[in-house]
Amino acid sequence: MSDIAEKVKKIVVEHLGVDEDKVTETASFIDDLGADSLDTVELVMAFEEEFGIEIPDDAAEKIQTVKDAIDFISANS
Amino acid sequence: MRRVVVTGMGMVSPLASSLDETWTRLINGESGAGRITKFDAETFPCKIGCEVTLGDGTNGTFNPDDWMLPKDQRRVDDFIVYGMAAATQAIEDAGWTDPGEEEGLRTGVMIGSGIGGLQWIADTAVTLKERGLRRVSPHFIAGSIINLVSGNVSIKYGFRGPNHAVVTACATGTHAIGDAARLVALDDADVMIAGGAEGTICAVATAGFAQARALSTKYNDTPEKASRPWDKDRDGFVMGEGSGVVVLEELEHAKARGAKIYAEIIGYGMSGDGYHVTAPAPDGNGGYRAMEAAVKRAGISTADIDYINAHGTSTPLGDEIEFGAVKRLLGDAAGSVAMSSTKSAIGHLLGAAGAVEGIFAIKSITDNIVPPTLNLDNPSDSCFGINLVPHTAQEKDVKIALSNSFGFGGTNATIIVKEYNGD
Repeated sequence: MSDIAEKVKKIVVEHLGVDEDKVTETASFIDDLGADSLDTVELVMAFEEEFGIEIPDDAAEKIQTVKDAIDFISANS
Repeated sequence: MRRVVVTGMGMVSPLASSLDETWTRLINGESGAGRITKFDAETFPCKIGCEVTLGDGTNGTFNPDDWMLPKDQRRVDDFIVYGMAAATQAIEDAGWTDPGEEEGLRTGVMIGSGIGGLQWIADTAVTLKERGLRRVSPHFIAGSIINLVSGNVSIKYGFRGPNHAVVTACATGTHAIGDAARLVALDDADVMIAGGAEGTICAVATAGFAQARALSTKYNDTPEKASRPWDKDRDGFVMGEGSGVVVLEELEHAKARGAKIYAEIIGYGMSGDGYHVTAPAPDGNGGYRAMEAAVKRAGISTADIDYINAHGTSTPLGDEIEFGAVKRLLGDAAGSVAMSSTKSAIGHLLGAAGAVEGIFAIKSITDNIVPPTLNLDNPSDSCFGINLVPHTAQEKDVKIALSNSFGFGGTNATIIVKEYNGD
């Protein structure tokens, strides 16, 4: 697993309070991991903080799964 | 009107994180005051407070993890965590954790706060200025506004009746219990979860109250001596934090499900001073009228009142004004009542004060003992003719107890509770 993927999963586990094994790459934050709309904003903030990037709102809206996050961060950091 | 009884009680206080432990320590004359640890108060004129002691949940310490998931705690200010803890205790005590769909619709929540999430508001202002908008938490608003104790309690338990929150400064807790009891009496709900929560021992609140010259400043080296209602050497209040919550229930509803009944809410009165934003009216008329209205509603004689849990904040002005109002209310009966201020032990819990103190009034009825006024070494010259229960608790047959709360803005509230003997 890439460094980025590992960090993303760690952030998701911490912020959503879910078991690590549930955080698969295809897991949807809202449908599979119990996040609400506020949680997804907070997750994006945490990604920005951790990776020192800015995720514009229109891009953030498209980040719905763990893989979406890893792909966006990999391409932009 | 329908009769309203108390069937559950919960508390987080500076003395302990449960009602039973708080009450034991209160009756033992212990103080919850100490040096402020929640922020660096070294440059503040007041360096003391009555903080909730964090710990693993044993020996009276408060463990937030016992009441909310860590991920949820991060999304709310302290007052909401305290409120959830006290509400959970009260609801479990009442055996009302799972009322079902229909009963859930007839169960409401009214837990207020005097100030709400000021700590987080202050922190967010700094974040916004130093780091910009994109670092402000999306949970900030819903984690700091006052009605979110009521909101979170309703979500946790499926209580979908009236959802409300009182905000009347230091009268909040008493207004919440009184107003919620009215909702039950008027058939808007069969069960109401009511009370107050506060967690405002932070730099901004302490600075504000200090600048209003409301806080004690002479006892920074002896914090347990600082809250001394009616004593000649009092010099301001000591800020406390925590929460008190009761379950109020329509009498027949409580009887039908075999709930244990602690006491009946028989009187509630309100008034406004119409005088000054922080100072009470010197003639005590506001407090007097709130008590008078509650007595009238209760349909009792003032001579029937056995115990008064006073507002008694330990401020130079307020204590004697309340004393005078009580003396005027009771007349010849003043000699037989016991009146104490439990703020001498736990400080002033602001919006939670009235709820916590209302519960103490109920405990005086169920346990037939009245808690002491600590540090009352030399009462002020005007404070004679009423037993102020100095230093140590007193055993007393208490059938009816009254609790007062007065708040900034000149808002006054009184509730009267009575022993329930099965009639």
